[in-house]
Amino acid sequence: MSRAPVALVVGLCTAFGVALALILPELPDAPPDLALGVVTHLPDSGVAHPVTAVLLNFRAYDTLLEVVVLLMAALAARALPPEATDAAAAKWGRPVFDTIDRVALPIVVLLAVHLLLIGASRPGGAFHAAAVLTGGGVLLRLSRGLSVDTITRGRCAFGVLVAGPGVFAIVATVCAAATGYFIGYPAQFAGMLILVIEAALALSIAFALWALFP
Amino acid sequence: MTMSPWLDVALVATLVWIAAAALASRDLFRAVVLFITFGLLLSLAWARLNAPDVALAEAAIGAGLTGALMLDAIGRSRRKPDGTEDEER
Repeated sequence: MSRAPVALVVGLCTAFGVALALILPELPDAPPDLALGVVTHLPDSGVAHPVTAVLLNFRAYDTLLEVVVLLMAALAARALPPEATDAAAAKWGRPVFDTIDRVALPIVVLLAVHLLLIGASRPGGAFHAAAVLTGGGVLLRLSRGLSVDTITRGRCAFGVLVAGPGVFAIVATVCAAATGYFIGYPAQFAGMLILVIEAALALSIAFALWALFP
Repeated sequence: MTMSPWLDVALVATLVWIAAAALASRDLFRAVVLFITFGLLLSLAWARLNAPDVALAEAAIGAGLTGALMLDAIGRSRRKPDGTEDEER
């Protein structure tokens, strides 16, 4: 790239950064209403962690649409022609990969399940578990050349991808029939429903992210 | 435990410096490694802002997954049609 446009962009970004640094301390404090509302209704939400409650209960519609966007990204990635498996994977030292697989993959599964279950009371939840599972999937991809297509064939892969948002949408609709509100969990089942939805979402999102690695 | 404000200043300065270095790097591999480092430091910044959920997500997805995707892309872009490596990229 030539010098002048790069310098211009760098200059503008620096000026923007300086302006932000000058303006930010002057902003008024955020109104406490929303946080107060979350804390007040936290016992009714079915989980003990405010972030999980907001993501999976109070603003669950946003999460539903977000997961559908991920699904579309995965479908777009799968629409590309499949890449041939790396010949390089066979050249690398097998002992290293075998040891890494044997040590890391069980930890990946344990950590993912732990993060999924702990999301009710501590930072964690479906997305973190999915990210860890995808790490395991990438490890499999690198060490054994296992991509999404070798594990599942076309429709089965599509089924796993759709399972997450599908379960979410089904639960949301059943709740609409039961309580009159879309994604309005009945209070006594809220915790269990959130756990079921999170489990399905974790699997689905992990699969979707794994599908991004051809 | 009180943290000195200089820790935050150092963190911000390092973040900006690594971002500039990643963007200015000629070698793509080096740029991606700097990006991963940036992601890890950014997750530290999120932790300093008392947002542990975002910090976890940033470390796993922002640094880990996106970095792995970009490394994969670099590897593929180096491969010429006959399967040999093109070291120019």
